[in-house]
Amino acid sequence: MKIINRFVRNDEGVDRSFAQAFLFFVLILLVAFLTSKSPFFFTWNNIRNILDNTSLQLILAIGMTFVISSGGIDLSIGSVVALSGIAIGLMLNAGVPIIVAAMMGVLLGGVLGAFNGFLISEFKIASFVVTIGSMSLYRGISLVITKGQPIYGFPSGFTFFGKGNLGEINPPIVIATLMVILAFLLFKYTKYGQYTLSIGGNEEALRRVGVNIKFYKSSIYVFSGICAGIVGLILTSRLNAAEPNAGFMLETNIIAAVILGGTSMNGGRASLSGTVIACILLSVVRNGLTIMSISSYYQQLFIGFIILLSVSISEIRQRRQLQIN
Amino acid sequence: MSMVCTSDEFVYLENISKSFGKLEALKNVSLKLERNKITSLVGDNGSGKSTLIKVLSGSLKPNNGTIHINGKAYKHLTPKIANENGISTVYQDLSLDNYKDAVGNIFLGKEVTKFGFILNYNEMQKQTEKLLEKLEIDIPYLRTPVGYLSGGQRQSVAIARSIFQGKKLIIFDEPTAAMGLKESIAANKLIKSLPSKGFTVLMISHDLNQVFDIADRIFVMRNGEIIKDAVKSDITLTELKAGISEIY
Repeated sequence: MKIINRFVRNDEGVDRSFAQAFLFFVLILLVAFLTSKSPFFFTWNNIRNILDNTSLQLILAIGMTFVISSGGIDLSIGSVVALSGIAIGLMLNAGVPIIVAAMMGVLLGGVLGAFNGFLISEFKIASFVVTIGSMSLYRGISLVITKGQPIYGFPSGFTFFGKGNLGEINPPIVIATLMVILAFLLFKYTKYGQYTLSIGGNEEALRRVGVNIKFYKSSIYVFSGICAGIVGLILTSRLNAAEPNAGFMLETNIIAAVILGGTSMNGGRASLSGTVIACILLSVVRNGLTIMSISSYYQQLFIGFIILLSVSISEIRQRRQLQIN
Repeated sequence: MSMVCTSDEFVYLENISKSFGKLEALKNVSLKLERNKITSLVGDNGSGKSTLIKVLSGSLKPNNGTIHINGKAYKHLTPKIANENGISTVYQDLSLDNYKDAVGNIFLGKEVTKFGFILNYNEMQKQTEKLLEKLEIDIPYLRTPVGYLSGGQRQSVAIARSIFQGKKLIIFDEPTAAMGLKESIAANKLIKSLPSKGFTVLMISHDLNQVFDIADRIFVMRNGEIIKDAVKSDITLTELKAGISEIY
């Protein structure tokens, strides 16, 4: 209980630093434990495998960190992943050059995000309601277009985005790293990042000083959509097939990672480093359970537990914050 | 366009009316705000004070009347037009982002950047220090999120923001309502000093001692009308209280 109290204390900077340090400590413990249990765990191939899997989650989690820190939520990202992938697959099969199809697919993610952002900012509909609707809508479009069947038969060079080699690492790891750097710069050094946090912290304050809230709010969902579009591209490339069911229920894991990392569910605060650590932690858990031949059902159980724990901690922290204020 | 503001008058509200359905919140209200003076609006709940400042800050459109600012006449204002004319409102909730520090709040919406997009924290901090020194506002740790500051310090940050953002008329809605005695005294001192620094102030307050202490002119409202217009030097606090008590 003492640990939990320390974890949810109100001193902003210390609190979040502690939360991140705590997560990092758990990660180190877990790595040490899994290394002692399996000789295959702490090998470069397996570490690369973990980083590769983390990178997809991380790209989505970066977009979600922006959305959640602005006080919103985006439940449609899994469906955007699928629909972007389908669009890329259809374009490739229609003879569109790889690079053009890839860019158009990512752009489509942004357009789908813009649709969410438009409804949320223009009509002031709760993001939960809008994105739960678009989650179903985008998934439905993917299933209707493909009649539920995967699309395949792409040009050979297309697999580079998901399975290519850049020395010892794969392109998704490079893309995710660049996205983390971009997100860090946006949050720390630009109006865009600061306004994102202020929309979550006190939207009315921002409106009263004349900032165009609708533009910034919409653009946050565009950014989230672009992140999902990138993952759609990587996933389609990796599988060498566009799956209408790709990314199904992916959003729950992503939201869990972002909250676990210390970003407030109620907005106003973001912890990018926490998001990174949490994504790696969840990937290590999945990888470790698989290596130890533990049923995937337990993975679901563990993820569910993590979501409940992280949301509870976030809520307690927020309530204490309100009491102080 | 009529020119009804004299050089001493910053704002002239002329025959302003505002209804919400059948409820007449403002009935042909006229008042002038003198430049570099503190004007106070007092009255019971529902008397129309808040509606009047919302009209002046551009949050509400009046049904009738004209708003004259520095000689320009408007049928109604928007928050943008009010901002452009140097009008700023410090609301009871102060409109601060609790997770941002004093620097972040003061510069909110007007951030200093390098190359047009990179935030220049050092420059913003320097300018904040200068501004707070000029206003004699003491905030020990500028990097502390304002959610952790006292009520008086938060009020000071809100006032500093209005001043920094180039406003000339600062409207206060119950500026000391949620403050302790010590904080109220500090906030009153700051508000009282604003006219000498070139600012015009309009203040709503229920605290008659505060009103009498810092206002130069006092308007008493009841049922959407101004029923008394008193220059402070012409009346005593006892007379004002007696005048107010007739309302209740």
